[in-house]
Amino acid sequence: MSSIRCRQLCKTFKQGDEIITGLDHIDLDIDEGEFVCLSGPSGSGKTTLLNAIGGLDTPDSGEIHMGNIRVDQLERGPLADMRLRHIGFVFQAYNLIPVLTAQENVEFVMEVQGLAAAERAQKARAILEEVGLEGMEDRRPAQLSGGQQQRVAVARAIVSHPDLVLADEPTANLDSVSAGHLMGLFQELNQHHRITFVISTHDKRVMRYAKRLIKMQDGKIIGDEAQES
Amino acid sequence: MARFSLHFKTILTLSWRNLWRNRRRTAIMLGAISVGVWAMIFMTALMRGMVDDMLNQGIRNLPGHIQIQHPEFLDDPNVVNSIDEAHGDLLAALKDDGGRVWANRIRVPAVIASERESRGVNLVGIEPLSETHITGLPGQIAAGRFLESNDDKGLVIGAKLAERLETRLGKRVVVMSQDPDNNIAERGFRVVGIYRAELAAQEEFNVYAARETLQKLLKIEGRVSQIVLVDDDYRDVEALYQRIAQAAPEGVEVKPWYEIDTYLAVMFNMMDGFVLVWVVIIFLALSFGLVNTLVMAVFERIREIGLIQALGMRPSLIVYQILLESLLLLLIGLFIGNLLALITIKPLEDGLDVSIVAEGMAMMGAGSVIYPSLTLYDVVLANVVVVLLGILTSILPAWRASQLDPVRALNTH
Repeated sequence: MSSIRCRQLCKTFKQGDEIITGLDHIDLDIDEGEFVCLSGPSGSGKTTLLNAIGGLDTPDSGEIHMGNIRVDQLERGPLADMRLRHIGFVFQAYNLIPVLTAQENVEFVMEVQGLAAAERAQKARAILEEVGLEGMEDRRPAQLSGGQQQRVAVARAIVSHPDLVLADEPTANLDSVSAGHLMGLFQELNQHHRITFVISTHDKRVMRYAKRLIKMQDGKIIGDEAQES
Repeated sequence: MARFSLHFKTILTLSWRNLWRNRRRTAIMLGAISVGVWAMIFMTALMRGMVDDMLNQGIRNLPGHIQIQHPEFLDDPNVVNSIDEAHGDLLAALKDDGGRVWANRIRVPAVIASERESRGVNLVGIEPLSETHITGLPGQIAAGRFLESNDDKGLVIGAKLAERLETRLGKRVVVMSQDPDNNIAERGFRVVGIYRAELAAQEEFNVYAARETLQKLLKIEGRVSQIVLVDDDYRDVEALYQRIAQAAPEGVEVKPWYEIDTYLAVMFNMMDGFVLVWVVIIFLALSFGLVNTLVMAVFERIREIGLIQALGMRPSLIVYQILLESLLLLLIGLFIGNLLALITIKPLEDGLDVSIVAEGMAMMGAGSVIYPSLTLYDVVLANVVVVLLGILTSILPAWRASQLDPVRALNTH
């Protein structure tokens, strides 16, 4: 399910009268269980590529396949279902729901998936403990530090064991210790649960964890190499 | 909808908590809805009370909810156009169950003369015991007494007529009419009671004597001008009317009040439409605030809406969530508004004195005291209109929220 194929993916944005190229004929294959980092300067197309793979943004042309699903052709509803069932998102700015507690935020995806309350609660508490937030289940996002919020966001992304986790600059707002913990967690999940990770980052420390490093510039892939993590 | 029920708890939690994120705005909106709902119900109760009063006054003057009479009596209220007193099947139907009151009546044109003045009047022969429920006349006696039996020899006249005739309680007056053979029928009566009616015209025009006394005077023993019936509720006389009409003998006409006085009937029928228009107008004023609140709530949460879309919430669930938020706001507002209406209407059930505008009220055929009438129909109508239109006006902001581009929404600051 989680193998990803992108073919001739193009995306442009209009900024005033100017046309900006987000993705320029991208061809990319990511196999199940890979740990991939997308690196490159701002505006290189990392986030645009993540959004396209995750079905958050529609490419102007080209194809995106996730397993045997043609992502770029899905309607809004089935696209939402696909994200719900198969993808976990971690955003740079945490993006928690402010009116829900840490545990409720983690349970949210499972709740929409239709899991029973007891199972949800048990899984949410376990994952929060795993990310080091035991005892903070009932706190709302405003009562948590940036690092703690990001860990809640990670817990939410991985709690239902998605096939693919897309993380956009997940360590950008974290100190080096928290960033190390987070990447260690990602690595463990990748190794033990074969969850595919695609992470966009500028952070050299994050790149060290990747098994495959893809370099992007001006919407193009300019380098793609395996590396020892 | 299946999705809605599956995820009801999720969206209920989100809706409820989102509602209280901006407490001040929610409180203001709740205040507006509550006051609006209160105004709908309170003003409707006042209007209903006023119209009820006008209709009751009008029906009392007819009098009765149903009349049985000679087919030509309404066009020509002559003593010739009389009918037999109730008997046989008709009597059985009249005495049948229910809280109704009925009475034989005589109603003829007459001339009343004091030693100084004379006037053309409507001479009414009544059965005193039934009259409380038919015209409420015994309660209107301002001086003297009411008639005590069907063969009482006294006469009850209105205060206005007494003034016109320059007569007073205890004085004798002469009443003159015609018998069926066109002979003059006259006799002297002592004024035993003076009544005050809510409508001056009634005071000046209606003169009451006992039924048997008038039957003897007019030489129509065993015959009456009308048989009048008053049921529990003037709004619901159709079934009774049908039963009485079936039991009535040939040559006798049975008519419900709404056929006798079409003006009253139109007023009655218009009232429901008027209430609906009133409720909708108030709601329209409210809807601007409601839509504005929802638009602002959506605007402030664009990023979150993008997030829940990204996490896999279907657009339809986002629509349901925002509609549920609106529904919660409406339901709380309705609860407070209904409570306010109840609290303010209950103490006024004994009557709201509007004697300061009594003349105007009298011109409309209403009394100087309004008794607010809170009906279940009006309360349900106000609540249903608010909920239905409230949800309708919320659909657009909810739909727009569901159509947000998640990437753009997530990048909104």
